[in-house]
Amino acid sequence: MKNKILISGNEALAEAAIQAGCKAYFGYPITPQNEIPEYMSRRMPEEGRVFIQAESELAAINMVLGASASGVRTMTTSSSPGISLMQEAVSYMAGDELPCVIANVARGGPGLGNIAGAQGDYFQSVKGGGHGDYNLIVIAPASVQEMADLTFTAFDMADKYRTPVIILADGYLGQMMEAAQIEKKAIQSIKKDWALTGAKGRKPNIINSMYLADDALEKHNQKLQEKFQKIKKELCLVEEISTTDADIIFVAYGTSARICKSVIINLRANKIKAGLIRPITLWPFPTETIKQAALHAGFFLTVEMSAGQMVEDVRLSVEGKAPVYFYGRMGGGVPEEEKIIELVEKLHRESK
Amino acid sequence: MKEQIICAGSGGQGIVTMGKLLAWAVLKDNKFVTYIPSYGAEQRGGTANCSVIISDIEIASPLIETPSSLIIMNSASLDKFENRLQKGGLLVINSSLVDKKSERKNVQAVYIPATEIAEEIGQIRTANMVALGAYIGKSKIIPIDKLEESLSNIFSKAKKELLEINIKALRKGEEIGKRS
Repeated sequence: MKNKILISGNEALAEAAIQAGCKAYFGYPITPQNEIPEYMSRRMPEEGRVFIQAESELAAINMVLGASASGVRTMTTSSSPGISLMQEAVSYMAGDELPCVIANVARGGPGLGNIAGAQGDYFQSVKGGGHGDYNLIVIAPASVQEMADLTFTAFDMADKYRTPVIILADGYLGQMMEAAQIEKKAIQSIKKDWALTGAKGRKPNIINSMYLADDALEKHNQKLQEKFQKIKKELCLVEEISTTDADIIFVAYGTSARICKSVIINLRANKIKAGLIRPITLWPFPTETIKQAALHAGFFLTVEMSAGQMVEDVRLSVEGKAPVYFYGRMGGGVPEEEKIIELVEKLHRESK
Repeated sequence: MKEQIICAGSGGQGIVTMGKLLAWAVLKDNKFVTYIPSYGAEQRGGTANCSVIISDIEIASPLIETPSSLIIMNSASLDKFENRLQKGGLLVINSSLVDKKSERKNVQAVYIPATEIAEEIGQIRTANMVALGAYIGKSKIIPIDKLEESLSNIFSKAKKELLEINIKALRKGEEIGKRS
């Protein structure tokens, strides 16, 4: 643990964004992610970069759109209700093919909800929260270290594919402190010859998501879909724990995955072979990993801090080859280890 | 070894500081640690708590359902958390502000008049350090000097007298914790 510091998830994400070369941060306060703009308000000016506390979430995301169009690495962060407000511009950026990083330190919903950590924003993030045919790359950290590491990944993927990337965390991951190391990595610099950098001496670049001519929008959509297919082929991050001999496979991400890890230790001590598939990218979803596991697993149990959202993608991946059960808590409730163990023992008995 | 501590009291008693300080000290002692505060709606006079997990191996879930130790700084917190304490767990109670005994018979309870001791030392705000010291003295979970190291990181050289008084409070608490 040498060289590691004790840092909160929010601050780790913020510092990692700076190290990843984020040149402009725009945000508006909301719990439980306020430590990010607070940290950025101090650190970004220190680095000679841009920090703006916008007048609203709508303003913040549109500033991100503008900054991204000019070719710089840019980010905004918020929590669930704030992310909902941003959806119009997120759809625009997907259509515009503008890279950016958006972190959602999610809280309980729907509506204004509460400020506890929650995972009810899976559908919004993964299925397209805004209008039109588009996907976002969605990355789900499960530790403070990953809040930092995956922020680097998010910026790299955004630039590589010219598309917005969402980091879907939750209040617990944002507020929690753990030992972490934020490395200074070499920044992957990708030439952005599409950016609006001043057209003197060259043909002007145009950033646009409106196509009114016959077939033009469908052609643009086809181009976008080809890109999404390419991302699906090339990008999928997943962690597997003790799945090779497992009768019972948990599928969980973020804080829920941490709880499942504890449960697995307990179950294995009682001679119940359990394992975990933890999607790190929620889109693209690790369909193939789950499909393979379905060939030998007795059953799947998806655990979420929601009414059951990711479980739909688990079922689609399992393709009916094994039963898929669900356990979840809503509105900021946290799945309890004991309840999960009870349920697994019951399902395990019944499956024999 | 897996120790799960909840520190609880009222806003302004330094509950969050106590937890953070402990977490920093654990890291200095080369163990795994997670810390989660209650956050958001807390204010002076309201309730505040935080969770710290200490382990020799990587910590899976950072959330505490049944704590193995409780540091309780006021009455309301005793009512809220007492029943969740594990059998045989350690219960440190600030008896200056908690005027009743715990109803739990199957736990080790340490009653320490932390607020009064802090007042005697000359700074009532160090009651949190007295209670934390008592917890360390009784549990011996980490060496006390790791906490002193963490304290000296918090207080700059300009606030030397504050550092000294906090260390004094921590030591006094430890002494009582050891004896009980």
